[in-house]
Amino acid sequence: MSETPEVDFDVIVIGAGVAGCVSAHELAKAGRSVLLVERGPEPGAKNLSGGVFYCRVMEQVFPSFADAAPVERVITRNCLSFLNRSSFVNLDYADERLAEPVNAVSVLRARLDAWLAEQCEQAGVMLMAGIKVDRLLVEDGRVMGIGAGEDELRCHVVVAADGVNSFISRDAGFRAKDPPNHLAVGVKSVIGLDRGVLEDRFNLEGDQGAAYAVVGDCTKGVGGGGFMYTNRESVSIGVVLRLDDLARSGHSAAGLHDHFVDHRFIAPFLKGGELLEYGAHLVAEGGQAMVRDLVRPGLVVVGEAAGLALNTGLTVRGMDLAAGSALAAAEAVEAALAAGDCSAASLDRYRRNLAASFVGRDMATYRRAPAFLEGRRMFNDYGPLLADVFHGLYDLDLKPRRHLLKTAREALKAAPVGLTDLMADGWKALRAL
Amino acid sequence: MKLGTITERLARDRYNLDDGPHIEIDQAAARAAGAGPLLERICPAGVYSVGADGAISVQWAGCLECGTCLAVAPPGVLSWRYPGSGAGVAYRQG
Ligand SMILES: Cc1cc2nc3c(=O)[nH]c(=O)nc-3n(C[C@H](O)[C@H](O)[C@H](O)COP(=O)(O)OP(=O)(O)OC[C@H]3O[C@@H](n4cnc5c(N)ncnc54)[C@H](O)[C@@H]3O)c2cc1C
Ligand code: SF4
Repeated sequence: MSETPEVDFDVIVIGAGVAGCVSAHELAKAGRSVLLVERGPEPGAKNLSGGVFYCRVMEQVFPSFADAAPVERVITRNCLSFLNRSSFVNLDYADERLAEPVNAVSVLRARLDAWLAEQCEQAGVMLMAGIKVDRLLVEDGRVMGIGAGEDELRCHVVVAADGVNSFISRDAGFRAKDPPNHLAVGVKSVIGLDRGVLEDRFNLEGDQGAAYAVVGDCTKGVGGGGFMYTNRESVSIGVVLRLDDLARSGHSAAGLHDHFVDHRFIAPFLKGGELLEYGAHLVAEGGQAMVRDLVRPGLVVVGEAAGLALNTGLTVRGMDLAAGSALAAAEAVEAALAAGDCSAASLDRYRRNLAASFVGRDMATYRRAPAFLEGRRMFNDYGPLLADVFHGLYDLDLKPRRHLLKTAREALKAAPVGLTDLMADGWKALRAL
Repeated sequence: MKLGTITERLARDRYNLDDGPHIEIDQAAARAAGAGPLLERICPAGVYSVGADGAISVQWAGCLECGTCLAVAPPGVLSWRYPGSGAGVAYRQG
């Protein structure tokens, strides 16, 4: 098959987020002419994440990523926090091995994405920022290019990297609207703090950073959780709220964000800080059930536009999956271009690449996580239960002491969860996470 | 740490004002579906407010472009697009 339609570029990539930039970079590096189109006035201007990037995959694209890119801090301390109204229980894990090699970094997307796009330009990508793609050009079911306003540009393959709302695929009829239980809204503040104060409060040295994942009272029981990540001279803090639960709950999104930021156990971290930015963004939470429509004739869909994101309760992951899917797609697009065949069958190599990569494997491993996290006990009941167990241990009220097991049993008896629930949830957690 | 009102917060964000609204609401459909209070509650930017007469006002210029309202609104209530090229919120942190 050697159809060679007149084209302006070999490849047009829609969206200069992580997925779009990595796709564009790899295809330009392979010698293809690539246009990268971004609706924001500059790359990163529309993007917001909590900000912990599990960045090992980036070493495949930029050999010294963690050193060269504008990252904030190297995450060496992870804290899982069960937050209640008047108590909390933390599982605090710090490990120097997490810095060597660097496993995760905190990032601010306005800086990171601008840098990624710059690397693309250096690799020969043509960047058009401040242009919103309005539509795909589709002829006989084959994607031929893009339309923005009056302008039309043609190419062999379009890479849709337009993020969670994925209007490009939706408007072309390739993707149905996602149900609200597959989506969560993140409401986030970036709070500036003096560097020394921040390092003291979070017990950090040098460029080390801490990441708090918080469940319980931070969302008043709405499915989701809170996060608090350290940047160089600021803290990224916010809540992630599952939309079906938020809509049902009667709570307001901004109100829950404020409740968390002002929480008596959280506020001391932020004291004296200054609000630098307030933002909101959706995140895909449907897990594997949401991943579909990766390939059409002349089109591949990458990153969160394809539903690739994972919330395991402990971590929110989207950026690493975006990069991984971009690598899988770029390899397949390059092979299709070399073969002069950009049909769906040819581009299906992307789907196989993805399934074999860490992205496909992790999506499969965590396929039960969304259903597990929808179980409300995780958010409502376990925090108070844990606190009651510890209260029984530390509250030396002059009554004779009992063994830990007895104390735990007492706490469990008083809690709304029964022993069978606890065992069932424990089993489910082991299978889901 | 003072967060301030939503309006005060949004004043710290950077925006490029669009030529016209990117959100349109079908007031009759919204009223029939009782969507006003829901939109008011779930929008993190306080874009929607229900007036005394039940009509919903839309302060679209402060929109953070998350897409929450579109995802939860009953069918037919909202028409919501991204703002025009380069317009709308422009994060400096993200
Ligand atoms: C609150 C919150 C916390 C999160 N925390 C984490 C975390 O800690 N770690 C993690 O790994 N992930 C996290 N995520 C998820 C992560 O941010 C996303 O999965 C990731 O950004 C997806 O990358 P992407 O490149 O696919 O899409 P995006 O980053 O969304 O990029 C899409 C790009 O396409 C552009 N675009 C869209 N439509 C058009 C158009 N029509 N024309 C031109 N350009 C267009 C957009 O402007 C944008 O630049 C979080 C998300 C949220 C909301
Ligand atoms: S997109 Fe988000 S910020 Fe904008 S109006 Fe809808 S809910 Fe509010």
